[in-house]
Amino acid sequence: MTTYTLPDKRGKFGPYGGQFVPELLMPALIELEEAYETAQNDLQFQKELRYYLKQYVGRETPLYFAEQLTKHVGGAKIFLKREDLNHTGAHKINNTIGQALLTKRMGKKKVIAETGAGQHGVATATVSALFNLDCIIFMGAEDIERQKLNVFRMELLGAEVRSVPNGSGTLKDATNEALRYWASHVNDTHYIIGSAVGPHPFPKMVRDFQSVIGMETREQILQQEGKLPDAVIACVGGGSNSIGMFYPFVEDDEVKLYGVEAGGLGIEKGQHAAAITKGEKGILHGSLSKVLQDDAGQIKEAFSISAGLDYPGVGPEHSYLHETNRVTYESVTDKEALEAFQLLSKTEGIIPALESSHAVAYAVKLAKDMSPDETIVVCLSGRGDKDVAQVQKRLEVE
Amino acid sequence: MGKERIEKVFKEKLANREKLFVPYIMAGDGGLDILQERIQFLEDSGVSAIELGIPFSDPVADGPTIQKAGLRSLKEGTTLKGVLEKLKEFKEETTVPIIIMTYINLVFRYGLEKFAEDARVAGVDGVIIPDVPMEEEDLVTEYLKRNDIAFIRLVALTSSEDRIKEIARRSEGFLYAVSVMGTTGSRKTHEEQVEDYLKKLKEYSSVPVLAGFGISSVEQARKLSAHCDGVIVGSRIVDLFHEGKEEEVKALIQGSIQKLEPSHQE
Repeated sequence: MTTYTLPDKRGKFGPYGGQFVPELLMPALIELEEAYETAQNDLQFQKELRYYLKQYVGRETPLYFAEQLTKHVGGAKIFLKREDLNHTGAHKINNTIGQALLTKRMGKKKVIAETGAGQHGVATATVSALFNLDCIIFMGAEDIERQKLNVFRMELLGAEVRSVPNGSGTLKDATNEALRYWASHVNDTHYIIGSAVGPHPFPKMVRDFQSVIGMETREQILQQEGKLPDAVIACVGGGSNSIGMFYPFVEDDEVKLYGVEAGGLGIEKGQHAAAITKGEKGILHGSLSKVLQDDAGQIKEAFSISAGLDYPGVGPEHSYLHETNRVTYESVTDKEALEAFQLLSKTEGIIPALESSHAVAYAVKLAKDMSPDETIVVCLSGRGDKDVAQVQKRLEVE
Repeated sequence: MGKERIEKVFKEKLANREKLFVPYIMAGDGGLDILQERIQFLEDSGVSAIELGIPFSDPVADGPTIQKAGLRSLKEGTTLKGVLEKLKEFKEETTVPIIIMTYINLVFRYGLEKFAEDARVAGVDGVIIPDVPMEEEDLVTEYLKRNDIAFIRLVALTSSEDRIKEIARRSEGFLYAVSVMGTTGSRKTHEEQVEDYLKKLKEYSSVPVLAGFGISSVEQARKLSAHCDGVIVGSRIVDLFHEGKEEEVKALIQGSIQKLEPSHQE
């Protein structure tokens, strides 16, 4: 591949991306774009970002050779990029630290965010506490019921959690409500979108903040193995950990990239969250991408055991990377993810998030057919403590 | 028909020293079978055009009232295709301009070119798509233009002077001045800046300027109309129809289009 410079000035990745928002929000997006561009070229900002990532988040995270898992599978060497070891237990904070610093630069004192399972909500509430920002988290009523502990966490951190009863009461509805609230308070509020979705410049900005994952991985694997990996695997919901992992490898043709979507109860049953492989082109939450929708264009509910992947859309850059065949997108079912969840716990003593378990499950499949001198890197995007109770219930039923 | 019909009807009303009044109704709220009757009722009440909402699962520019109406309509099985077919059935009997208001995904999924053609055939005169700002309008404007359908643009209180100028320059049919910070039905009081904002829009715009979002009474409508050409009322009308209060709809319309002349006031 030649030099990769997307998105273009208009926030497009080929036909995908863009800024499909009401005029009321356009000035805020323009302001954000300018603030972000200035910050990118400001050494002081970069220094501050690096400081917090190191001293507060705990970066860099290890690239760990999963020797036991590798032995168990018998095939390619499997390495885990340990994003689960970040403060707050997932990659989400790489982005919220960056956006909170930007919020301060723009002179705004309030932030809002949407959350599904509560991971991005917790990461946003955390940086709000750190940087003394007022914080409101929008969360579907159904999700609040399912994730009481995370609601309490956010409140403990000083955030207000606002219940969204509309629609199905999940992530998609929380995002709608956050956008509506933003329209009413755009002058003093920044919206910290949690994934590589939304209108430009969000997909680019979130990617850039998350690409610390892939940049570290690249250096670490070269150091440990003396060569680039043969395959890199990450789970894809909205797609922020995956795009952060993939982006620094996009120009390395020899590195195969795999995005793993949530197959839910099975693609053929229609109960899944595989927007890229099973969705159609459409516009949701400000950008053109692949979307799960019906023939009339109404957005469908996504389905996955993992709340973090339970979203009917996907970041526009993934749709582009899919269309150009740079990244291969596959899906893994709830059942396979659960098996991987247990397998990694038993073999390595690492309990992965259910989201990350999708990537692990696919790595196991892929590694089997590869030779022992080949290497695979899996982005272990988060830790599984938050999922333990849910998995326990599920396993008791079975 | 089309863009010209909007401009002609509006010109006549304004020449007659009436203020313009555009109600919003949710197509399919109460079923599509009552659509013609409702359009006729509004036409007889003296409206200048009708903004016909097509329900979408994720309406980010709408407040609770229109969200709920959209859900009711979706339950009735309303689709964009179904609405266009219904409009076509009675288009010869409709003289009031019809403006479709919906979100871009429905139009995109329908097919941009096909939508513009089918809308023309159904007698649609204008289209409002709130999640298509200037930056993205190329996606739809070419097809609409080819079918003489006005692409009605929105301008907001947050829009910069440069954006206002450019949006006004491109405007067709009328300029939709969002006059609150927020979604449809917002109850925030209209801020002082609204008056200056509307005056500025009038200065730049060669087409009529209508204020919309959050207008729910004759008093509010008159106050805003004093600084522009008229108003768009959505949530209040949707509520009144839903509650079966048709007479109040009529009173709201007729009270709002009256000229503000002291001699005529009690």
